[in-house]
Amino acid sequence: MKIVNVTHGSFYALGAYAAASITGALLAKGMPPSLSYAVLLGSALLVSVIVAPLIERGILRFMYAKDEVVILLITYALFLILEDVIKLIWGVNPYFIAEPYGLLGSFDVLELTYPYYNLILVGVAIACGAGLAWMLGSTRTGKLLVAVIHDTEVSRAMGINVDRMYLYTFTFGSLLAAIGGAFTAPTVSVVPALGVEVIVLSFAVVVIGGLGSLPGAALGAVMVGLVRSAAIHYLPQAELFVIYLVMAMVLAFRPRGLFSIAEARKI
Amino acid sequence: MSRDRTPRTLGLILLALLVFGQFLPQWTLFLVTVALAKGLVVLGLMILLRCGLVSFGQALYYCIGAYAAGMLGRLFGASDVFTLMLAGMAAAGLVGFVLGFLLARYRSIFFGLLSLAVSMILYGLLVKTEALGSTDGFHVLPSTLFGLRPADAWVRYTVLAVALLVAFIAALLVHRYLGTPLGRLAPAIKDNEIRVEYMGASARHAIHVKYVIAAALAGLGGALAATTVGHIDPEMAYWTTSGEFIFITILAGTGNVIAPFLGALVFGVIQTVAFGISPNTWQMVLGGSLLVVIVFLPNGLWSLFRGRKLA
Repeated sequence: MKIVNVTHGSFYALGAYAAASITGALLAKGMPPSLSYAVLLGSALLVSVIVAPLIERGILRFMYAKDEVVILLITYALFLILEDVIKLIWGVNPYFIAEPYGLLGSFDVLELTYPYYNLILVGVAIACGAGLAWMLGSTRTGKLLVAVIHDTEVSRAMGINVDRMYLYTFTFGSLLAAIGGAFTAPTVSVVPALGVEVIVLSFAVVVIGGLGSLPGAALGAVMVGLVRSAAIHYLPQAELFVIYLVMAMVLAFRPRGLFSIAEARKI
Repeated sequence: MSRDRTPRTLGLILLALLVFGQFLPQWTLFLVTVALAKGLVVLGLMILLRCGLVSFGQALYYCIGAYAAGMLGRLFGASDVFTLMLAGMAAAGLVGFVLGFLLARYRSIFFGLLSLAVSMILYGLLVKTEALGSTDGFHVLPSTLFGLRPADAWVRYTVLAVALLVAFIAALLVHRYLGTPLGRLAPAIKDNEIRVEYMGASARHAIHVKYVIAAALAGLGGALAATTVGHIDPEMAYWTTSGEFIFITILAGTGNVIAPFLGALVFGVIQTVAFGISPNTWQMVLGGSLLVVIVFLPNGLWSLFRGRKLA
């Protein structure tokens, strides 16, 4: 949608909080722990379907005409607001739900212990990525969306309901963020700073990959993950800045990211 | 063109604040001084914004300025407030000059994101540097003025007076700069860069110069903040600090050099009041006011004073 969306971090946090509290509440009522994975997914779906359309219809849709940078600022303002909404609803104390994580146990690879839950994370991520790629490339809605992004005016002239496409896209994108948050929740303690941290990281990922490119984002995510793990293993002091170093290096040599989409110059 | 009234207005504000500053309660003096420090950073961002560039990493220079000032006091025992500020400004300006070669090639969102990346690199470095206090940062020695230390009751006022003087000079110089051909190139670059090149001017050079000025101003603001607050930590380079500066820039608008300081003051007041009323939702108030400004005052608070379009 050509929106650099800071609110994405909030959806990640919202997903994590919703997943943590709903799963926690249901487990306390005696739900079998094996169902908790479905609940994680469900709570992500719940928050994104409620909050995303509210933001898109209520505020963002009036802003599309503005400059990319101004839209970024608007999402930043929304991000600030949502941060406090989260604090108002869930308070500032951390939440834990370890059940989905502990339930599966772990296995050994050579000498390393590896929890099964992380395999689920990888599986969910691949499923989401593949699903998104399939949707964009092979379904009617996805193809329409690509057209809308490429040229809004022509799409509208062709009879595409652009407003509805925007609503779907924003909601779906937020859903993915919420799923990310929901499935990460069992592995961390859910605290208010969650959104702030994840959003700069995901910016690094998409910028490395090239804005608006799906394979780019996937590659960027793998790169950031590997570089970060390598840094933690070999040179713990470098953990934080090495990601941004990679980001700066990629931008220095490929100013628009690795998988950039060519754009026409307008004179 | 109408007569330029900005220098006179600036001078009047300076005099008024210098005279009435003595009677203000201590906490307002602190508020105004911090606002002046942030105003300096925003002044630099305003120069960049005039050519359509939004730097999401201005906290980098703010932090460099603060750390340069703090380390000068730590390593060499320098405490003169002007020396510290010059050091902060020089350090930030130098880094800005070097990075400018890279950043002046980028536009729109990529400029913002690359500057963000660079500031986060500094944050990552500082957080892991234990010699500089890691995440806790360290205390800055109390500063002196020409080797003298004012009496306790007058410290805040003296710092404010120095800050006012520095801000006045900076604002005046920037105002002069905006009137030069190089300064006037900014709106042209924003409108259509390719045409600027056709006219024979180098957009990249113009942006580089602006970038260095903005960096130096941010360093100055950082050094001022360090001496005022008396404590520095890596949080000064975090992206939320940059976000705050951009927030003020948008709040203020790019109409005039007075706007950034006004914006910073309004921001400080909103923050203080919102924090006082409801400590848990002050960010919400800030976010809300930012939205209101973007929607209803696209040219910032300054457009309240001048309805007509400014150059």
